[in-house]
Amino acid sequence: MTPSLVPTLSSVHAPAVDNCLTRNDWICGAYFSSSRVDALQTALLQHIGIVVTSVVLGFVIAFPLALLGRRYRKLEAVVVGGTTAIYTIPSLALFSLLVPVTGLGVETVVIGLGLYSLTILVRSMIEGLRAVPDDVRESALGMGYAPARLLWRVELPLALPTIMGGVRVATVSAVALTTVGAILDYGGLGSLLIEGSSTNFKAQVLFTSVLCIALAVALDLLLVGLQRALTPWQRTAASR
Amino acid sequence: MINDVVAWLTDGSNWVGNGGDQALTRLYEHLLLTVVSVAMAMVIGLPLAVWLGHRGRGGTLAVNVSNIGRAIPIVALLALLSLGLFGSSVLGPFGRAGLATLVTLALFALPPIITNTWVGMREVDRDTVEAAHGMGMSEVEVLRKVELPLALPIIFSGIRLAVVQVWATATIAALVAGPGLGRIITHGYDADDPAEIIAGALVVAVIAILLEVGLAGVQRMLDPVARARRATAKRDARRGSGSRLPVGPTP
Repeated sequence: MTPSLVPTLSSVHAPAVDNCLTRNDWICGAYFSSSRVDALQTALLQHIGIVVTSVVLGFVIAFPLALLGRRYRKLEAVVVGGTTAIYTIPSLALFSLLVPVTGLGVETVVIGLGLYSLTILVRSMIEGLRAVPDDVRESALGMGYAPARLLWRVELPLALPTIMGGVRVATVSAVALTTVGAILDYGGLGSLLIEGSSTNFKAQVLFTSVLCIALAVALDLLLVGLQRALTPWQRTAASR
Repeated sequence: MINDVVAWLTDGSNWVGNGGDQALTRLYEHLLLTVVSVAMAMVIGLPLAVWLGHRGRGGTLAVNVSNIGRAIPIVALLALLSLGLFGSSVLGPFGRAGLATLVTLALFALPPIITNTWVGMREVDRDTVEAAHGMGMSEVEVLRKVELPLALPIIFSGIRLAVVQVWATATIAALVAGPGLGRIITHGYDADDPAEIIAGALVVAVIAILLEVGLAGVQRMLDPVARARRATAKRDARRGSGSRLPVGPTP
């Protein structure tokens, strides 16, 4: 295998350095030099920034679309069909098609990922609101709830678990897809991943991969916690 | 801009020539990768999920495999496999880093196939299965004549998801030295040629949508219940009588 040749070759030119970096090991403590840790930190923060902004953007656009889609059946078909078509477009192609409109910056990655989140979120919102039982809605109306109050106090709380399910899927997908933003140099950890891959730097590829997955799991757990905090009645129902 | 893209797409030398290193080769690689990796995932995933679904076991696995798949970045798995186990050498018609790409794509095709097949098998009405047993059908007959046909639309929607997903995933292979149509796009970025970037992206996107729409059409034809309804409606129309079965909306 080639890796075993590396120390021999390097010892010809620059003798005596034999550590896990020159051996190109998968796991290597020497990888964590202060400059690399800085780069990792910057990439991680960029990654989180892109994920959070794009999911929030998707949510903000999905919410009114879902409400409109619920009221007007024909519009629902247009919204669901349109977003599904966007969702079908591969990420690398979607980013590239956005470039003429949004430029070569981070906006393109955020808007592209926002469009994917939008698809997942619109569906979960429509599905969640539709699953609210009719008799619950009718009793609220009978108690004199105005439509806005009905939505905020009755329907949304009941739809919350389904909507949060959508938010979790959108977030975890966005963490994975942000790496593709590396094509525009805004891929967060993905930029380091591809740099490591093109320079055959195993320690960097393995560590950034693990970090990516850990970020997805961490954000998912955070959202599970948020959902539990937002739906205290579910816990009391479960413990009874 | 639009003129440049049209010019790129209609220029034959962008498609063939240069020792076969042009768009048509990339398209062929891309299609081949998609078909072969989905076939690999079907060979592994279908029997496993059909059996688990038939026995009513392994639900946690079948559902969670999709969640796990979603959290793993394609770029990461491709980079790990091409630097490690499989290397990045050319594999016949599959192109650069062919084996690593093929395995990555097959792994990403597995979750939708397993999840949908399992769910499809479990969603078959239990009363129907019991009735089939009561009619004296053997276990294999129940599986072959009742469960599989009824589960077919959902199983097929898993395959459709896998195809569309793998088509998209294969594009990303180009970011990690891989083959496929994505290389037109990455080459466009390297050469700072917006027309090439957009042209490549358009080809990828249009075929993705065609695959989705076409396979959705096939899926509608596979639904045995809807098919039976259509057949009944047709027969009744020929006889000139009203429909005996309530003809529901075709899904």
